[in-house]
Amino acid sequence: MSWKQKSVAVVGAAETTKMGKIPDVSVIGLHADAALNAMADAGLKPSDIDGVATAGISPVELAHYLGIKPTYADGTSVGGCSFMLHVRHAAAAINAGLATTILITHGESGRSRVGAGGFGRSPSSLMGQFEMPYGPVGPPTMFTVPVLRYLKTHGLKPEDMAPVATIQREWAALNPRASFKDPITVDDVMNADMIAWPFTKLMCCLVTDGGGALILTSAERAKDFPQKPVYVLGTGESVETPMVSQMYDFNHSTAFRISGKKAFETAGISHSDVDHLMIYDAFAHLPLYGLEDLGFVKPGEAAAFIRERNTAPPSEGKKGGKLPLNTNGGGLSYMHSGMYGMYALQESVRQMRGTAAAQVPGAKISVSHGVGGMFAASGTIVFSNEAP
Amino acid sequence: MPPRMLPEPTPETRHFWDGCKEGELRLQRCTSCRDSYFPPRPFCPKCGSRDVEVYKASGEGVLWSYVINQRPRPDMGTEPYAIAVVKLAEGPTMMTNIVDCPQTPEALQLDMPVKVSFSKQSDDISLPLFTPAKG
Repeated sequence: MSWKQKSVAVVGAAETTKMGKIPDVSVIGLHADAALNAMADAGLKPSDIDGVATAGISPVELAHYLGIKPTYADGTSVGGCSFMLHVRHAAAAINAGLATTILITHGESGRSRVGAGGFGRSPSSLMGQFEMPYGPVGPPTMFTVPVLRYLKTHGLKPEDMAPVATIQREWAALNPRASFKDPITVDDVMNADMIAWPFTKLMCCLVTDGGGALILTSAERAKDFPQKPVYVLGTGESVETPMVSQMYDFNHSTAFRISGKKAFETAGISHSDVDHLMIYDAFAHLPLYGLEDLGFVKPGEAAAFIRERNTAPPSEGKKGGKLPLNTNGGGLSYMHSGMYGMYALQESVRQMRGTAAAQVPGAKISVSHGVGGMFAASGTIVFSNEAP
Repeated sequence: MPPRMLPEPTPETRHFWDGCKEGELRLQRCTSCRDSYFPPRPFCPKCGSRDVEVYKASGEGVLWSYVINQRPRPDMGTEPYAIAVVKLAEGPTMMTNIVDCPQTPEALQLDMPVKVSFSKQSDDISLPLFTPAKG
């Protein structure tokens, strides 16, 4: 028997007041700023919240800092898609009666590192033993490792990834809060500083400070809140590997496929129903894997799909593409504090409320797909602005 | 240059690192389903059986994928280097470095045959690196 997760809705959603470089706020301060903004958005006080979920810090820290005495706490921490998993778990929890009003927060001082924990892994962990000795320096040198194999399998070249960055910059140009708005060309992308061949700087995400928060409650109650409810139609999650070198197949993400399939099935939608799509883009290859593993295109077809402007905004009198993707500018141009999944969810909620900076006219269904770690985990949420 | 970041073996991985020290690449396989796997663990990840054995692998494989890191980690020197994954003849993939080979896209062709070469780092640790296979 499947439980009715469609009876849950987002009633509060907000990002931190500032975004980008915030040297005067610590990590927990960013969580709190986003949480207070989301509570104001929903017309709620901390005492109205009875469930908390967060990653990066402990839900204990979050609850106590905000003065919340919850009956539900979720500390699932699987990287940048943790917030998709929090939404999924919150939907189940609300339906099971564990809590009525759940706050999910993210805050990260990725750039300024104020009150932030250190990086680094134990040398006795599996990654410490079997990857770190070979010289990786964070995600740009690890998340990218499978890509040459993917490109060879499909007869593609590194420059086939460049339109991901140029087209997302077009979306960012429409968004006043985006970090980078100036147009870029494929040549700009290819000639940018080399970070880890074949990845140039413009194929890698930003490093910024920021946060975001969501508040979920039952769809029944959602009608009484000030904002237009955004319903959770379907959800999926999976985890794959703590080490990128041990992905089951370098040509696709097993976690993406499992999570996406579950989300589409539980929502009861098909790909042609999707009006708006967010795919967590820490690096330029992720929207390619995402489009293919979610089933929007066949394996190897995503690069051409993007190059042919199927995901692009309207430009020079030409209509926008049929599948607007990463409409906030994405991790490549909007912002990326470290765990970007929250910002993908925020943009989906804005699109469903009809309040996005680059609003997709008439959009009714939005899919937000996240990755955690380096192909370690995945979460997928299907939203709608129509009551199920 | 700071000392290279080295692994700390655990009881479950000790045989692997002892093997490297002795010049052997040791994998594990399931005695019931015969699946070879990596990294080390005392059970088969395919069928869950605890009846597994350690064996000496061929040390041969092909270059499966890589990036060339342009911003070297301080303990890795000052020149760009490839962070590579090889696909071993026995099936599993393994992260490593490709040595005795220019660290360029031209020299590092996917699917080229490679062979293990152990690099002594300390009394306890030798790292399994790979070189292009000759002939």
